[in-house]
Amino acid sequence: MASLVIAEHDNASLKDATHKTVTAAAQISAPVHVLVAGENCGAVAEAAAKIAGVEKVLLADAASYARQLAEPMEALLLSLADKYDAILAPATTTGKNILPRVAAKLDVGQISEILKVISPDTFERPIYAGNAIETLQAPSGKKIITVRTTAFKAAGEGGSATVEKIAASSDSGNSKFAGEALSKSERPDLTSAKIVISGGRGLGSAENFKLLDSIADKLHAAVGASRAAVDAGYVPNDYQVGQTGKAVAPDLYMAVGISGAIQHLAGMKDSKVIVAINKDEDAPIFQVADYGLVGDLFKILPELDEALASRGYK
Amino acid sequence: MKVLVPVKRVIDYNVKVRVKADQSGVDLANVKMSMNPFDEIAVEEAVRLKEKGKASEVVIVSIGPQQASETIRTALAMGGDRGILVKTDQMVEPLAVAKILKAIVDAEQPGFVITGKQAIDDDANQVGQMLAALLGWPQGTFAHSLELADGSAKITREIDGGLQTVEVKLPAVMTTDLRLNEPRYASLPNIMKAKKKPIEEKSPADLGVDITPRFKVLKISEPPKRVGGVKVSGVPELLDKLKADGVI
Repeated sequence: MASLVIAEHDNASLKDATHKTVTAAAQISAPVHVLVAGENCGAVAEAAAKIAGVEKVLLADAASYARQLAEPMEALLLSLADKYDAILAPATTTGKNILPRVAAKLDVGQISEILKVISPDTFERPIYAGNAIETLQAPSGKKIITVRTTAFKAAGEGGSATVEKIAASSDSGNSKFAGEALSKSERPDLTSAKIVISGGRGLGSAENFKLLDSIADKLHAAVGASRAAVDAGYVPNDYQVGQTGKAVAPDLYMAVGISGAIQHLAGMKDSKVIVAINKDEDAPIFQVADYGLVGDLFKILPELDEALASRGYK
Repeated sequence: MKVLVPVKRVIDYNVKVRVKADQSGVDLANVKMSMNPFDEIAVEEAVRLKEKGKASEVVIVSIGPQQASETIRTALAMGGDRGILVKTDQMVEPLAVAKILKAIVDAEQPGFVITGKQAIDDDANQVGQMLAALLGWPQGTFAHSLELADGSAKITREIDGGLQTVEVKLPAVMTTDLRLNEPRYASLPNIMKAKKKPIEEKSPADLGVDITPRFKVLKISEPPKRVGGVKVSGVPELLDKLKADGVI
């Protein structure tokens, strides 16, 4: 049979979490099909058709899918499930919201946030905030899986899949979109940025958090935060890196004024190089950092900003 | 309106988890156990609904060993009215948990279910969504704020791009995120009062749910360890190192 990947997109552009999920899907059951459900999202389907290894793109274009709410998406996926032996979604807030509903209705257990495909029925996934790795063997039958995208390489471009339009399923109408407040940023997306600079409670205020911006701009980095900084209201919730926030694995992760609770480490310890800047030399963050700089971040950050400028980073 | 709050007894969030040497699991002997933090937020939200006169009764349910009744007591001390313990010493997978909860919902007929978005032990993030699907109810997951009206709820959700508000018809399931509220500490008089509140005991079999695991856990292993690196003298040395590593 085949596997089906639920595309991550905003009706305008396809997110690279999709490409990473395609990589995982191809290791479980080929060929791979991608479902693009949205409204006026033809361009997204065209982009998905170019992912290497994708055989077919299913395009469900209807107003009821504009926000990919869980209830209409459940009905749509159930209408398609018969044809697939695996259904996968990236472990984004969208994928996590939808897929357990599908699993429950199919009477199948879901495997959340896989890190590795050992064989088509055996997977590794993190438990206890990543402090243990569970190797799980699924029973025969359908696999319903969310994918920790930082653990898989993105499938490349160069595919030429067919795009097939499919009809919308009926919508119960018991849930509806009622508004949104999205963070606007010119910076790269937190989960796919090559460099991430995150701030913690040590920054002390929303105003001080802006010290990170100029450095992030010079390094083309995304800005993240610890739970403490989000709880304190310095930055919005979508900045949060950690067990229950976003998992990131950039080439460079800079933790500024973050002590390093296990819940935070869970979201960033797979980064290639970790830098910690903290005034407390006993902070646990230093135990995972490749380079530690002990000192007052209010002195270090301006110095870092200037040093980058003088080395030609703009 | 009755509100049902499923809670889970998990390893305390401050405990550093140790994997057993034989890779059969994590070491839970003599380890502090607590209510899953997201479920505490769920209890708090339900109790606040009752205090505002929007909920008539808050029913706490937990699935687990006898000690899970302590977790229920904690929730009763926070303001829950009564408890249901579905007693089992087995590991219960999320789908089976959802089926047990569905059986309880069928019997109790609550108008709203609030539970944590994930448990911090298995980090599955499945039960709320599965329960909603089995009931054919709508859901508001990862809740950041709630406005309850007559017959509907406006739930603002923490999503990857920011915040999203959905309006769901009741009955519905809501799962909590971190910023929904700050759970209270139970006062001593309330802890004493909670001891007298009823907890009914049932078994998964009483509810007609087969909890035989579907998955086989082959092993639980340590994640790759990161070794701490070096302290650098200042910004110039840091940038030299990062340049040499090719990451800037």
